[in-house]
Amino acid sequence: MAWAGKILRVDLTKGTCKDEPLRMDWAKLYLGQRGLATKYLAEEIDPKVDPLSPGNKLIMTTGPLTGTNASTAGRYSVVTKGALTGAIACSNSGGFFGNEMKNAGYDMIIFEGRSAKPVYLYLSNDVAKLMDAAEFWGKSVWDTEEGIKAKHQDPLIRVASIGVSGEKGVRFACVVNDMHRAAGRSGVGAVMGSKNLKAVAIRGTVGIKVRDFKAFQAAVAKGKKVLADNAVTGQGLPKYGTQVLMNVINEVGALPTRNHRDSQFEDANNISAEAMAAKRPTDGKANLVTNAACFACTIACGRVSQIDRTHYTVAERPKYQIASGGLEYEAAWALGAATGVGDLDALTFANFVCNEQGLDPISFGATLGAAMELYDMGVITSKDTGGIELKFGNPKALTEMAELTGRGEGFGAVLGMGSKLMCEKYGKPELAMAVKGQEFPAYDSRGIQGMGLTYATSNRGACHLRSYTVASEILGIPEKTDPLKAEGKAGLVKAFQDATAAFDSAGICIFTSFAWTLDVVAPQLDAACEGGWTTQKLLEVGERIWNLERQFNLKAGFTAKDDTLPPRLLKEAAKSGPAKGLVNQLGQMLPEYYQLRGWTKDGVPSNETIKRLAL
Amino acid sequence: MMMALHIDPKKCTGCLQCELACSYDNEGVFNPAKSRIKVFNFHDEGRFVPYTCTQCAEAWCQQACPVDAISVDAKTGAKVVSDSLCVGCKVCTIACPFGTVNYNASTGKVLKCDLCGGDPECAKACPTGAITYVDANWTGLERCAPGRQKPTPARAQPTDLGQGGHHHGMGWKNSPRRPDQGHVQG
Repeated sequence: MAWAGKILRVDLTKGTCKDEPLRMDWAKLYLGQRGLATKYLAEEIDPKVDPLSPGNKLIMTTGPLTGTNASTAGRYSVVTKGALTGAIACSNSGGFFGNEMKNAGYDMIIFEGRSAKPVYLYLSNDVAKLMDAAEFWGKSVWDTEEGIKAKHQDPLIRVASIGVSGEKGVRFACVVNDMHRAAGRSGVGAVMGSKNLKAVAIRGTVGIKVRDFKAFQAAVAKGKKVLADNAVTGQGLPKYGTQVLMNVINEVGALPTRNHRDSQFEDANNISAEAMAAKRPTDGKANLVTNAACFACTIACGRVSQIDRTHYTVAERPKYQIASGGLEYEAAWALGAATGVGDLDALTFANFVCNEQGLDPISFGATLGAAMELYDMGVITSKDTGGIELKFGNPKALTEMAELTGRGEGFGAVLGMGSKLMCEKYGKPELAMAVKGQEFPAYDSRGIQGMGLTYATSNRGACHLRSYTVASEILGIPEKTDPLKAEGKAGLVKAFQDATAAFDSAGICIFTSFAWTLDVVAPQLDAACEGGWTTQKLLEVGERIWNLERQFNLKAGFTAKDDTLPPRLLKEAAKSGPAKGLVNQLGQMLPEYYQLRGWTKDGVPSNETIKRLAL
Repeated sequence: MMMALHIDPKKCTGCLQCELACSYDNEGVFNPAKSRIKVFNFHDEGRFVPYTCTQCAEAWCQQACPVDAISVDAKTGAKVVSDSLCVGCKVCTIACPFGTVNYNASTGKVLKCDLCGGDPECAKACPTGAITYVDANWTGLERCAPGRQKPTPARAQPTDLGQGGHHHGMGWKNSPRRPDQGHVQG
């Protein structure tokens, strides 16, 4: 129940699709989605494999709650060895694709090998076949999704696909579903492209059952009420989206600006939620058209935006005058503050292009910010960039580079290497604002100390979604801690990491955790599926998943030396705001963190820990 | 009192909770494909429109049915399909001008909204008050005086950032009653 109990194994080399029963013994230990797919991957591939080689596998996976009416229960993840990082990658996406997979009767799809020519998978209940994708290769996500629906004459098909960036191996290419929801980080789209897999198209009508419907409905109703009554999930997120954070984070001095040279952005308000909702003088309309929900979500934080038709980016291009996926906080930060660009419509256009061509806007914006610093230093010149002035704050540099990177052309191919390889290429590796090859998201760890440990220890490289201590340090959820102090953060990070792994593996959105604890999740899971799910058991599962991911990375060749931050954050103090004069105190937090994890001083899970967690 | 489903597309976020509630109540599974209410996504305009049977007073489907399988529930006014009588000929799906009677290939019968016997699950599941079940006499009244207090007991709306205005395109223009007009059904 809740689990479909079936997986689809697609051998791209041989061109075969086969059903297999789900390993229920593993489901009891790893729950679903992130945890369960990581278990499959860790068992089936050599962690040392080149992520872009046929030996890597790519798993699309749902959780037990995916497809039910539990709030936000439409999530799916792409699990693989990341092209950007060489570490375990798990990129989570909303939209409607996850439900469609589950409703077709599958918990996950495992892709292995490499197809000789471009293909896409068509899956409809009991029909699974690889189809020629020659007509879609070289096309954008948007054109591919529309083209597949037209070809099958079914507008209700859900599609997850890669853009040209994924085909060309841009290291931060993502997999986009439903036009503008993305499995965004770590380069999972580049892995998909390396397999010559353009898209996955699903129409599922089998239906999903739960173990005890009456108990499930009671638990689900309670969960929905908690979300509706909470100020963040009931009011802030639906009204302003994640963008509500822009001014808040700027005020606490933790908005990384111009490749982390600064930690406050003078134009923050111009790219904020408030700016998106303000009517513009040209046509009296706001950038924000409406909010929107993913499958089964009662929060509805999604943004739908429309660019001013007189703006230089779209004036001659009607295709981009539509309402489409608007700026979330992370994208607005990366495309804006990280590059110093304060033009809201330029940011929105760059965001459209990221969706259209399947680029992670965080890594794209952050890498562009690093390139702008290299340009500012004279290391890169306009000869390298094809004549484009890569100055901080230049909106045309942002929008033109988004299009070039989306197609993997010109200097866009250099940006497509990601900041780590790009900065190494120019002899300035210290300027890559990244951990394990993955660029930082939108929080400066000099002003929010716990985030420094979060980034340094995140199993998929720098990431805010592995332990969002911002909730505690800035928003006071579940309780307020001092963002400028390192004390106590090791325990906080561990607790967030374990709980988050459990949320992710259930098939729900991590945003529920602004209002929900695992005490709200456990009864929903327990009523949905067998296994006796309690808060305690979920915490154990979360810790087990975290250690499994860690073991994968250690086998892949990472060591404790990779649990660090770029020198800028450890040595250059913040210049303004509440954190002025501070660096990140990682050295103080990391040993305590290893100890709390039950790891050796070298960051390796001890034999005792491995035994305790049944790894 | 005769009640009717009232749909306000401006409040819809496209979450499909209505489809999940409908499919589970009627089919015992979470399966939007089997829902009698459907949310249309007008992507390029950022609009979501829930759409289900309007329960016409003189119902095209009922008059077209050759075996009298569609009858009126005297309590609710709903036009209800009798599975034991329905022969799956699909004539009603052609007769309905709104496309809200659909065929279910796995049972060989047609599906349509029956107002859940007077307690519609979709209205209860809607988190934003986009779907409400109200006194049918209020039909459309709030639309003739924009700005005045709405007669329907709408629940708190989490956002006031939705946009009004008419919808253009996608073929709804020629329908007798377009689904984005906040129609009252009954």
